Amino acid sequence: MTAARDLLRQASAGLRTLLVLTVVLGVLYPAAILLVGLAVPGRAGGSMIEVAGRPAGSSLIGQPFEGDQWFLPRPSVAGDGYDAQASGGSNLGPNSEELLGTVRERTAAVAQREGVPASQVPPDAVTASASGLDPDISPAYAALQVRRVAQARGLSVRDVTSLVAQSTAGRDAGIIGDSTVNVVTLNAALAQPARARQG
Amino acid sequence: MGDAAAGVLTISVLVAALALARAPLGDHIARTLTSGEHLAVERPLYRLVGVDPDADQRWPVYARSVLAFSLVSLLFLYAFQRLQHVLPLSLGLEGVEAPTAWNTAVSFVTNTNWQSYSGESTLGHLVQASGLAVQNFVSAAVGIAVCVALVRGFARSRTDRIGNFWVDLMRICLRVLLPLATVGAVVLLLGGVVQNLSGPTSVTTVAGGTQTITGGPVASQEVIKELGTNGGGFFNANSAHPFEGPTAWVSLFQVFLILVIPFALPRTFGRLVDDKRQGVAITAVMGGIWLMMLTAAVWAQQAAGGAVPRAVGAAREGTEVRFGDVMTSVFGASTTATSTGAVNSMHDSATPAGGGVYLLNMMLGEVAPGGVGSGLYGMLVLAVIAVFLAGLMVGRTPEYLGKKIGRREVTLVALYVLTMPTVLLVGAAITAGVPALREASLANSGPHGLSEILYAYTSTSNNNGSAFAGFGAATTYQNTALGLAMALGRFVPMMFVIALAGTLAQQAPVPASAGTLPTHGPVFAVLLVFVVFVVAGLTFFPALALGPIAEALS
Repeated sequence: MTAARDLLRQASAGLRTLLVLTVVLGVLYPAAILLVGLAVPGRAGGSMIEVAGRPAGSSLIGQPFEGDQWFLPRPSVAGDGYDAQASGGSNLGPNSEELLGTVRERTAAVAQREGVPASQVPPDAVTASASGLDPDISPAYAALQVRRVAQARGLSVRDVTSLVAQSTAGRDAGIIGDSTVNVVTLNAALAQPARARQG
Repeated sequence: MGDAAAGVLTISVLVAALALARAPLGDHIARTLTSGEHLAVERPLYRLVGVDPDADQRWPVYARSVLAFSLVSLLFLYAFQRLQHVLPLSLGLEGVEAPTAWNTAVSFVTNTNWQSYSGESTLGHLVQASGLAVQNFVSAAVGIAVCVALVRGFARSRTDRIGNFWVDLMRICLRVLLPLATVGAVVLLLGGVVQNLSGPTSVTTVAGGTQTITGGPVASQEVIKELGTNGGGFFNANSAHPFEGPTAWVSLFQVFLILVIPFALPRTFGRLVDDKRQGVAITAVMGGIWLMMLTAAVWAQQAAGGAVPRAVGAAREGTEVRFGDVMTSVFGASTTATSTGAVNSMHDSATPAGGGVYLLNMMLGEVAPGGVGSGLYGMLVLAVIAVFLAGLMVGRTPEYLGKKIGRREVTLVALYVLTMPTVLLVGAAITAGVPALREASLANSGPHGLSEILYAYTSTSNNNGSAFAGFGAATTYQNTALGLAMALGRFVPMMFVIALAGTLAQQAPVPASAGTLPTHGPVFAVLLVFVVFVVAGLTFFPALALGPIAEALS
């Protein structure tokens, strides 16, 4: 009985402690970080980009692209593809028959689109990312697409290659992670007015 | 630079950073939890709360404080979610359904952060920041408090007092976690993690389509999600979401945040028992196992086993290009080695060997280095078993840090060790055995299906929270059962640990003699590594053989 009464007393202390800590850690602390965020509005706000003076999404969040005039991103299973309200991956296992069939179809499609043998299709071109919002592709997959995009836009391969280079990043600090080509900023550069005229 | 060299350098940077932080952080935590002084801001808070900060508690009182605080937290968080629709900053979202609200409340109070909901479509900013993120702080603090209570049991003698839970809780939150989180959140902000209050915002994409992007107070929550080894993502894709893990270096920094407290706590332990070598031995055992499992995970990822990875040439399904193989595996191996449910890749799609490493990591009981607090108390329990085994071999009464390991101590330790496997295997067996439950939740059939069930119950009973996300956990049965697994897996072992602290503190110290096994040397460290693997191996080998091992061999 005393144990039960003590538990009740402890619960009252517990509730008051929780309320105090909720104010400190759940209101004051995030508010302070929000204030710090005001000093770096670009990053705190989601690294949004503009195309021809209009907002065009975030450079961090992948976007859907279709058609030969664009660099194509990785397959996405977030909603109907690049749905930022439904981030996630396929969650299909490494021996899944379903996934095996899907990647084989995708490989054949990419090989045909780019006019190369299936063995030259990079892994990231045919696999869905973890977030479904991966803004990046590998430099190998970007290189594979240069010729098609240049042709569709009436640009030289050299011009497109140099745009790819501008959206390419090596490993962080030279060692961490992997090299990337950001498809969103790359396509945004292609869509700038000076180039849109040709495309 | 070659892939291998870059990978080795990445891991070396991480190890060096952890080694540098260990002593200052461990010492700071030790000072914080032994100091007789209260900060000027703390005194009025204690008055407000109504506790006497200078009165130490006996172990049953300490245990009741832990349970009472956790129960109140559970009810509060449940009500918070259910009432979401009438609260501000709800982004127009409904109150959370009862089974999901129960599951999520248990999940965050037990430091598990298993998520049977999708963050961006279920929870508004207020529930995230003032409900979930607060539990990220306090559940981590509860783990550290219980751990320090056990360490006091070793350090003190002839007393029935093991500390004051309310003081431990408050100090860990305000003097350890809050300062670290503030610095870490600013680093994440600079790395591109968002911090705003914007709701779902429609944008026109580059190609002229539309996309709806939700922001939120992510940086402030992301940092404590890692630091407190919690793992609950603001967004469904967790740290793989570009707003949570925008770059590879941010992901590496997150791994550092996850590991820094678990690896520093053995230093705190060494300080409190007044023998730093004891802490070094424990860190060495934790570090050795962690590095071994991490190496296995990186190898598995690069070997790209499994039909799909072989067909496309790499294990890319469910991974982000920017992280690459090494950061993907380092993250997976470090989160499953702690009690962090965060993911920067989808573990369900990992190679059979890689997924097996993640599963085994959790089955080891998350002691290398383990969750904040829970890792060290789990390892100390295994250390007691190790000296007990050594004592049996030479026929002497075993002792650890001057305390006799007698019948009562061994009983408590044995009960601790048996709890998690019992909860895990019984829970998994029910789902695997009842066809209706199985069919309602599995995304994959065959051995991978069993791996999904095992992973879910391993993750919850160990309070990890990561998932083979194909497993349909959002059914009423699984929400309830997995919630129970989390609660039992957290609080039952905790009670045994606090009882152990009480019985150890009462003992008079036994002076070391020629027959005492030194517990700071390599012989003991190797013995302890064996104990970690033997306890898990004997318990889980049959289940592992039917799931991931069968899968890897097929």
